[in-house]
Amino acid sequence: MHPVLKTVLQRLGLGLLTLFVVSVVIFASLELLPGGFAEAILGQGATPETVAAFNREIGLDRPAFVRYLEWIGGVLMGDFGYSYAGLGGSIKRSVSELIAPRLYNTFFLAAMTAIVAVPLSLLLGVLAALYRNSWYDRIVNSVTLTTIATPEFFIAYLLMFFFAIKNKWFYTLSTVSGSTDLWEHMYRAALPAITLTLVIVAHMMRMTRAALINLLASPYMEMAQLKGVPRREAIIKHALPNAWAPIATVIAFNLAYLVVGVVVVEVVYVYPGIGQLMVDAVSSRDMPVVQACALIFAATYILLNLSADIVSIITNPRLLHPK
Amino acid sequence: MSSEKKRVKGETLLEIRGLKIEGNSDGVWHPIVKGVDVSLKRGEVLGLIGESGAGKSTIGLAAMGFARPGCRITDGTIMFDGIDLRKASEEERRELWGSRIAYVAQSAAAAFNPAHKLIEQTVETAVRHGIMDRAKAEADSVDLYRRLQLPNPEKIGNRFPHQVSGGQLQRAMTAMAMSCRPDLIIFDEPTTALDVTTQVEVLAAMRDIVEQFNTAAIYITHDLAVVAQMADRIMVLRRGLEVEQAPTREMLKEPKEDYTKTLWAVRKLAKQESISEDIALRIHGVDASYSGVVKVLDNVTVQLPRGRTVAVVGESGSGKSTLARAITGLLPPSKGEIYFNGKPLPKALKDRDKDTLRRIQMIYQSADTSLNPRQTIRDLIGRPIEFYYGVGSAERDRRVAELLDAIELNESYIDRLPGELSGGQKQRISIARALAAKPDIIICDEVTSALDQIVQEEILTLLMKLQKDTNVSYLFITHDIATVRAISDEIVVMHQGKVVQQGPKTQVLNPPHPAYTELLLSSVPEMDPDWLTNLLAKRSKAKA
Repeated sequence: MHPVLKTVLQRLGLGLLTLFVVSVVIFASLELLPGGFAEAILGQGATPETVAAFNREIGLDRPAFVRYLEWIGGVLMGDFGYSYAGLGGSIKRSVSELIAPRLYNTFFLAAMTAIVAVPLSLLLGVLAALYRNSWYDRIVNSVTLTTIATPEFFIAYLLMFFFAIKNKWFYTLSTVSGSTDLWEHMYRAALPAITLTLVIVAHMMRMTRAALINLLASPYMEMAQLKGVPRREAIIKHALPNAWAPIATVIAFNLAYLVVGVVVVEVVYVYPGIGQLMVDAVSSRDMPVVQACALIFAATYILLNLSADIVSIITNPRLLHPK
Repeated sequence: MSSEKKRVKGETLLEIRGLKIEGNSDGVWHPIVKGVDVSLKRGEVLGLIGESGAGKSTIGLAAMGFARPGCRITDGTIMFDGIDLRKASEEERRELWGSRIAYVAQSAAAAFNPAHKLIEQTVETAVRHGIMDRAKAEADSVDLYRRLQLPNPEKIGNRFPHQVSGGQLQRAMTAMAMSCRPDLIIFDEPTTALDVTTQVEVLAAMRDIVEQFNTAAIYITHDLAVVAQMADRIMVLRRGLEVEQAPTREMLKEPKEDYTKTLWAVRKLAKQESISEDIALRIHGVDASYSGVVKVLDNVTVQLPRGRTVAVVGESGSGKSTLARAITGLLPPSKGEIYFNGKPLPKALKDRDKDTLRRIQMIYQSADTSLNPRQTIRDLIGRPIEFYYGVGSAERDRRVAELLDAIELNESYIDRLPGELSGGQKQRISIARALAAKPDIIICDEVTSALDQIVQEEILTLLMKLQKDTNVSYLFITHDIATVRAISDEIVVMHQGKVVQQGPKTQVLNPPHPAYTELLLSSVPEMDPDWLTNLLAKRSKAKA
């Protein structure tokens, strides 16, 4: 078997193991949360008797490990269980059914942002490395540092103020539903996407710049120069192919953030993503939904990091073409 | 074979007048090259020789009109074939670089881009300067690979730099430099990083191709014997100034300046060998490996007598440094025994008691990386004294002062940091640190390899003096035969993890030799300008 394939399979296996450990951690930490679904739903009327009766009804009276096994067994077969909300009534809502449209929205926004932000930050980073210590470099650095240092809700409100209220180019609210068509969806998600782009460009751009500058002093870059290769071409042809590994790691990290860390932006623009769903589920102690969200987040992290690993392997001839 | 270069030297190609270059350190500009003239005719090879800091690489690069970042050319003219390189624009210089003036760097492993195949990098210049189209350039590269005697010339271009050996890489870089048939090639210490046995082939290949295409070259090195094989004329440099200049044979026969004469000196240093039966360390049938698959040490048996020096010599990959790791316990042997003062030595470091640890000390090749840059000399040398002898600070300082005296450094150095010292002084500090434990054995791993010849001689002399005073044994690992000649009583020759030969110095260095020892010894360049030619003739005759 090719060593690269072997490494990828190994990492994948390790990822699955991590996911399993994460599932235990998620389940255990949710068990530790004070209060339960019953208390949350019954509110002031929660007497010990009603709480006990409620718990019995949704199966919370059974020991934790039984419930864990039941849950993880279901997950392995693609069944995330049913939301507690509505369990007692006539409309049972499956977790998958609840999550699917939200997850789609989140991925939609993440993809939209990534398509703009990743090439943009690579371009800005390469240019910053090329014109190091120039005015351009300083301006790009300070602007991106400012956007990353500003709280994202503040950027969100600023953009909303200027582009949705002062100039009515966009909607203030980004409500979408299953019936929204693609272009309309993109239009409505534009402001959140711009906000997120401003938040993540700094990291990726700075890493691109740093990784390239790190290589500029290497003997093969001097060699390229002494072979008559112009600076711009040397950076793209000779430095960039050796810089992918650290850049890919930072990109993966930021893409993961786009999926798991955007709740604030979602709330500001009232965009129906998975972050809001999870926050709501936590406050109502709707554990099956919380667990499913957390597991999806963990899987996203693991998969993106795995892709970064794969990128660093296939861009490294030492690993791709062993002796 | 043409021992004498019969080429007709043409008109002047390169004319450097009054070259001054400054370097920047910590914001202050200080002179590196202080007014040097170089002139070179078409097809002529000029050797630039000198110690580190002589400015030879800087001059070599300046011949291309290039100064490294942190350096600037402040004065003088650099005329290349009627073009003033100092006045030429960036664009104009770039047109020349690679196509008419090419550069061969010291470490081919670092100067080749790890991300691209050799052929990509070989044809790059010719294609981008529009000298050849891609297909023609590739065919030409294969031809160059063949002329440089690279194995499998049709296929080797498809390999990545990490897939070929150091010697092959250096030849591939020469092919890359030749790709546009330049008028001038700058060879910047091209064989310094290679083993002697590899060096012979690379030198021969480079000399041949330069002759074939009648290319002018500047050959930069610190090794007189090497430059003697390559250059028509030698220029000796010191501290940014020319010491003297003469045709190669003349220079070798009768150097005029005292400084040039001292460059020969280290080769004359030779310890009187003395044999002892009092064995301090006996390594018996030791195997060791890193991965468990490939044996890096294969049934190695070596004896180290008390108060004597055993030199372990071999190429890179021969297992000599691994032997040091096995003795120190960093890499426990998978088979065999090590006896120390007659008793078996626990294999792993963690099983050894403090007294055993104290008795075996180590000195490393690079004092730069083996001395903590944040610790003062007091801490560096004082730490083993405190650790092994548990003495108070007054007694420690007294001992540190004693040791500084022993390594011939002033007591005032005690509060300095390693960064304030020269390379030779730093290596002295490493020696003092090893001595501080009062060891029975010191393992010296290439301790003089990174130093200039004159400093090497000082360090070797110091080591011999300290041995006389303290009766310490040295296991002296090196790849340099001149160093072996200088310091050893006995020699161990290693090759591919096996001991080829062990014996008293005179016995090992004089025939009859086992085949590998013969190859190794015959590959060491000699000060005779005909040495390489004669050696190649002898080897090809032996093959036939």
